[in-house]
Amino acid sequence: MWVFLATEVLFFGGMFLTYSIYRHAYPSAFIAASREMIVWAGTINTAVLITSSLTVVLAVHAAAAGQRRALLLFLMITILLGFVFLGIKGYEYWTEFGEHHFPGRSFQFDARYAPQAEIFFSLYFMMTGLHAVHMIIGIGIMAVMFWLSWRGTITREYSSPIEISGLYWHFVDIVWIFLFPLLYLVGRHVH
Amino acid sequence: MTTSHLPAHHYLNDGYGIRSWLLTRDHKRIALLYLAGVTFFFFIGGAFAVLMRLELATPAGDLVSDETYNKLFTMHGVIMVFFFLIPAIPAVLGNFLIPIMVGARDLAFPKVNLASWYIYMLGGLFTLYALFSGGVDTGWTFYTPFSTVSSTTNVIPTALGIFITGFSSILTGLNFIVTIHRMRAPGLTWSRLPLFLWSMYATSLINVLGTPVLAITLLLIAAERAFHFGFFDPALGGDPVLFQHLFWFYSHPAVYVMVLPAMGVVSELVAAGCRKPVFGYTFVAIASLSIAILGFLVWGHHMFVAGESVYAALIFSILSYLVAIPSAIKVFNWTATMYRGAVSWETPMLYAYGFIGLFTIGGLTGLFLAAVGLNVHVTDTYFIIAHFHYIMVGGTIMAYLGGLHFWWPKISGRLYNEWLARLSAGIIFAGFNLTFFPQFVLGYLGMPRRYHAYPPEFQVLNVLSSAGASILGIGYLIPIAYLMWSLRYGRAASANPWGAVGLEWSTTSPPPTENFAETPTVTWKPYDYEHAVSAPEGHVA
Amino acid sequence: MSTEHAISKRSYYTVFFVLLVCTYLTWQIAYFDLGPLNTVVALAIAIFKAALVVLFFMHVRTSPRLTWVVVVASLFWLGILLVLTASDYLTRHWI
Repeated sequence: MWVFLATEVLFFGGMFLTYSIYRHAYPSAFIAASREMIVWAGTINTAVLITSSLTVVLAVHAAAAGQRRALLLFLMITILLGFVFLGIKGYEYWTEFGEHHFPGRSFQFDARYAPQAEIFFSLYFMMTGLHAVHMIIGIGIMAVMFWLSWRGTITREYSSPIEISGLYWHFVDIVWIFLFPLLYLVGRHVH
Repeated sequence: MTTSHLPAHHYLNDGYGIRSWLLTRDHKRIALLYLAGVTFFFFIGGAFAVLMRLELATPAGDLVSDETYNKLFTMHGVIMVFFFLIPAIPAVLGNFLIPIMVGARDLAFPKVNLASWYIYMLGGLFTLYALFSGGVDTGWTFYTPFSTVSSTTNVIPTALGIFITGFSSILTGLNFIVTIHRMRAPGLTWSRLPLFLWSMYATSLINVLGTPVLAITLLLIAAERAFHFGFFDPALGGDPVLFQHLFWFYSHPAVYVMVLPAMGVVSELVAAGCRKPVFGYTFVAIASLSIAILGFLVWGHHMFVAGESVYAALIFSILSYLVAIPSAIKVFNWTATMYRGAVSWETPMLYAYGFIGLFTIGGLTGLFLAAVGLNVHVTDTYFIIAHFHYIMVGGTIMAYLGGLHFWWPKISGRLYNEWLARLSAGIIFAGFNLTFFPQFVLGYLGMPRRYHAYPPEFQVLNVLSSAGASILGIGYLIPIAYLMWSLRYGRAASANPWGAVGLEWSTTSPPPTENFAETPTVTWKPYDYEHAVSAPEGHVA
Repeated sequence: MSTEHAISKRSYYTVFFVLLVCTYLTWQIAYFDLGPLNTVVALAIAIFKAALVVLFFMHVRTSPRLTWVVVVASLFWLGILLVLTASDYLTRHWI
């Protein structure tokens, strides 16, 4: 799984590269566009993901200790938190579509910054979109882990699937830890 | 000469019927599934090359329109690079040999291995569909903004097809890395690994670290085209050079994915063919890793004329010179191995010598190209085409064929017809040089690439090149014939027809499904020919 | 891969709390004008948070050396991508 996560570092890394090039090139447009982000949603989502990482690690701990009920509980909470995250994200997307911030034909923005702000939003949708896809996969993996734990396949001796799934989940959390300040908090101090 | 018989039970007769092949977890069968796949794609890619060379036999653009020609060279490039060269040696020879060479029963993750094949075929068929239902005309390099804005062809499906196949490379690389780290037989320390394994390990590192960047780049093209994002479109504030940075970050190391396994094969062939340990084993092993690492630092040399800054160009130029050093070390070491060795002239060795010579020429011309001043003159001309074909065709494909012939007795349990094999090797060598050497001259004289018509003064060289291509094509067809023939009618091979040293030669030909009757313990140095017991048994059919 | 990782539940809760505090800090600091330092501080906090997750939640702190190598290598390669590409963009206008 670590080797696979290395590939994911480079996968998202390409997007972070693109982001940094354009942020360097168009600072004011990025500030203007970032101010349109729904900060409370992003902040709460960060807290949600961090909490889900905690529940994951507690699930791993429970699995290694053979505590089936605790394991099932923590896996369930993790999955629920994952859905909360996606729900909030969905709300954000819905709002942003309404405000015509999705790039393309219907994009509308302050004319001073419009083309470059469109790049910001392209990055935003692409990066959070890919992140969301990874979250959905993560929820799927956790659901499979739940099912395996329910069936009794996971025991104190054989708890590595939980640990390995946990690694993936933590990685997706880490990507968000970087996405949050870079997308939501650019130039918040500028009035 | 003792007559051999096939063992009673081996992996080929361990279950019959299509399900036993399509649902196999045996790395050896999966290797053969890949063999079928890559051969299929090779001939499709080759067909496009034939059409291109037919068009280029005359200066006027008379065979196909310019737009069709654009599609031809794109399809040729996409298929050859992504569906033949990248997978060929790793997925066919690597899959077959790595577990045997480490003394294991199979790879670390056999089911993932089978999934890799399905993903490869899925991506390949997806791309083929895209290519044949309209084609793509952007060049295999997909430069923006043409590919994302102006091109009217099937860019998105092609990009997605390649994206899918990329996962095959990543998963195979992951499988190989874990296998080589964790499943070596007792006594098989890193310093006793055959050099083929060092090369495969280095290749897998590149696959794991580089392919994801290609993945995101392809997704970005698809998204930009579908949603009109503006990452790479100057009209929307984007930068086309950024695309090139992202694309070449993968695609330059990709060429090392193509050549490192070939070098690994050549190391094995030279050692066996000269009955000597490879000179400077440690240097060759470290050179493999160095090529993998340095290969990631040079991608900007594809963009000297694209608008990157002069200072960045300087840095990339210096780094490009550095990456030639480990390759040169390998060539010197192979040559030193041959010195005072019992040099043989059997088919695999012919291919190995061919590789050494042609790769050297290709590599040296690479040094020309690393010099920014000269690069500006020959960029986008036939010089570049000749350079990379010398390495990919004169290098990789010859090593692939050499390896295929060398390990054919192990894989199939049969011996092929040596004289036909030598004849084809000669035809391929002659055809190859006739095809591509004139292209160096053409490029230097200024003939641009990706043009379907050219000024009449270039015709003679083009005709030579096209003639060579037809000879090369015939040369590639003959091995198909005699290798397939040998499967049914070839003489049975013994466990070690070449008298070579290596774990793969200590098991039967073909091996049993579990590879070894019992797990071997390795106590000898690699290529320990001094203490090798068996002499070559001769195998001329 | 199911090694015993000697990290206690208390450590997990501590790390969790620190992560939440850092998130709050990141959010609040964004509203103060520190000039170019805003980006630096935001990234520094993010890196610190990521490091905590990697070391404690992902157990790298108690993992074998090979795991460390994989983690460091992936970050190093990301660095190559970012640094060498930046060398182009930052020097474009030097001439």
